[in-house]
Amino acid sequence: MKIDVRNVSVTIDDTPILGDVHLAVEPGTVTGLIGPNGSGKSTLLRCVYRALKPKCGTVHIGADDVWRASARQAGRRTAVVAQDHDLDNDFSVEETVAMGRLPHKGLLERDTGADRDIVGAALSRVGMTWAANRVFASLSGGERQRVLVARALAQQAPVLLLDEPTNHLDIGSQHDLLELVRDLGLTTIAALHDLDHATAYCDNLVLLDTGTVIAAGDPASVLTEDRVSEVFGVHSAIVSHPLTGRPHFVTAPAADTAAETE
Amino acid sequence: MLRTETASPHLVAGARYGVLVIALAAALVVAVALSIGIGTVDVPVGQVLEVIWAHLRGDLGGLDPLTNQIVWDFRTPRVLLAAVAGAGLSLAGLCLQTLVRNPLADPYVFGVSAGASLGAVIALTTGAGAVAAIGVAGAAFVGSLVSLVVVFAMAQRGGKLLGSSLVLAGVAIAYLGTALTGFIQLQADPSELRGVMFWLLGSVAGATWPTLLVPLLATVLTAAVLLTQARPMNALSTGDDTAAGLGVAVNQLRLLLLLASSLLTAAVVSSAGGIGFVGLIVPHAVRLVVGPDHRKVMPLSLLTGAVFLVLVDLATRTVDKPNEMPIGIFTAALGAPFFLLLLRGRKRALR
Repeated sequence: MKIDVRNVSVTIDDTPILGDVHLAVEPGTVTGLIGPNGSGKSTLLRCVYRALKPKCGTVHIGADDVWRASARQAGRRTAVVAQDHDLDNDFSVEETVAMGRLPHKGLLERDTGADRDIVGAALSRVGMTWAANRVFASLSGGERQRVLVARALAQQAPVLLLDEPTNHLDIGSQHDLLELVRDLGLTTIAALHDLDHATAYCDNLVLLDTGTVIAAGDPASVLTEDRVSEVFGVHSAIVSHPLTGRPHFVTAPAADTAAETE
Repeated sequence: MLRTETASPHLVAGARYGVLVIALAAALVVAVALSIGIGTVDVPVGQVLEVIWAHLRGDLGGLDPLTNQIVWDFRTPRVLLAAVAGAGLSLAGLCLQTLVRNPLADPYVFGVSAGASLGAVIALTTGAGAVAAIGVAGAAFVGSLVSLVVVFAMAQRGGKLLGSSLVLAGVAIAYLGTALTGFIQLQADPSELRGVMFWLLGSVAGATWPTLLVPLLATVLTAAVLLTQARPMNALSTGDDTAAGLGVAVNQLRLLLLLASSLLTAAVVSSAGGIGFVGLIVPHAVRLVVGPDHRKVMPLSLLTGAVFLVLVDLATRTVDKPNEMPIGIFTAALGAPFFLLLLRGRKRALR
C-alpha cells in the first residue's frame, strides 16, 4: 500500500518540529528515515501512524486520509514497532503478540482459534516460538524487537513502521532484525541511525535535518560525503566495504578535520 | 540456551482462571453472609439468609422485628457498602495505574481522595444541615475532579503527560487538600466535627440503603464501560505510542480512565470516607497472580477488592468487641503482609 505524506508541518509548544515535509513510499519498498537526533524522524513516523496530528498537511495510506479514518482503521493499516515499550509489566510473549489483534476485535470479542493461529504463525515467522510463554520483559533486547515485529505481523497491516528498531542491539542482532524486516516485503518506513544499515537494507532514503527533508531518493544519491559531513557535523568519507564491496561510511569528528586542513 | 516453556508464566492461567473467579465470587457471598451475621449481636447465618430472602420476596410476615432491623436496616447496607467500596476503589486504582504507568498510582497519590474530602468537608461545614446527602457527594465529586484537573494540567507538556511530574504534582495537591481540610476542621463548630471526622477516617458504619446507592451505581456503571476497554487498556499499559500504533484512540481512552477513576473515587469517598491502601494494592496483587491482562485483572480486582474490604470491615468490628476500629488500620495490617508474599513470588517467576 502506498504511503503519501504531503506538506506536513508539526509544531509542539510553539516550537516547529517538522516543516513542510513530503514523503512518498511505493508499495512493498523499504524507506529509511535518517538524520541527527531531534531531526524529526520519530515525529514524522508518529504522524503516519496517527499518534500525532500535524498542524497542516495530509497523510494518505493507499487512497485514505489517515486523519479522516478512525484510530482503529489506522491500526489495521499501519503496524508500529515504537520505542516506548514499557518493561515494568509481566505480559508474556504470547500476550504481547496477541495485542496485535486489537484493531480487528470488537469491544467484548474474545480471541478465537484463528487469532491464536495468526499469533502462532507470527511468532514462528520471527523465530520466537520457543519464547511464547516467557515474560516479554525478561528477554534480551534483540529477542524483544523480534517479538514486537511478530506483534506487528499479527496486526496483518500492509504498512510497517519502525522507530529506531536496532537501538541497544548487538551487531549480529541488528543485522538479523533488519534482514527479517527486509524479507517481510511490507511497505516499510524505518527510522535508522546507522548509515551503512540504511544503505544496505533500504530501497530509498529520506534525510531529515531540523524538521525538513534535505534529500530523498536512492541511497547513493542521498548519502554523499558532503551531505553527511554537513548534516551530522562530522568529517566523512565513503570507502569500499572490504567484505561486501558496497559503499561504507567512515567518519571522524569535525574538529580533527579542522586541525588537519589548517 | 533456548529453553521452551510450555506453561504460562503467570501463577494462575487457562482454565484455572475461571476456577479462581468462581471461587472468589463464592467467597464474596460467604463473606457477606458471615459479616452480616457477626457483630455486637450475633445472628446465625440461617436467619440472615431468611431475612434477606423475605425481603427479596417482598413478604416480611413472620420475621422477628429486632432481627429484621439488625440484619436488613443496619448490617446489610453496611456490608454491601464495604463490598462496593472495595470493588470501586480497586477499579479506580487500576485505572490510574494503567493511565500513568506508575506502580505507585492510587487515588490517594493523585490527590483525588484529598480533593474529594475537602469538597465534602466544605459542604458539610458551610452548608450545615441544609446540604442533603447528594449535595455532599456532589461536592466530593467536584473536589476530586478539580484536584485531578490541576494535577494533570501541572504534569502535561504539549499534550504528553510526564509520569514523574504527575506523581509529584499529585502528592503536592494531596498535601494541600489535607492542609485545607485540617484548617476547615479547626474552624468548624463541635456539632459539625463528627460529620467531618467521618470523611477523614473512612468508615462504613453509618451506611444506610440510600448511602449505598451512589457508589453502587458508579461502580456498576464504570465497570460495565471499562470492561469493554480491557484490550485498549492492555495496549496503553505498554506505552502511548505503542497503543496508538495498535489503533487505540489514546487521548479518548485517557480521558475515559480519568473520568472513571474520579467518578469512582468521589462516589466511594463521599459515602465511605477516605479508605486507603485498597486501590493501590488490590490491582497489584491480582496482577501478580494472573498477569497484567486487563480482561482478567479487571473482574478479579472488583471481586478481590470487595471480598477484602468486607473481611476488613468484619475485623474492625470483632477484634475489640464491642468497640470499632478505624478501617484504614486494618486494610494495611491485613493486606501488606499478603502482598509482600506475592511480591517475592514474582521475583521467582521472572528468574
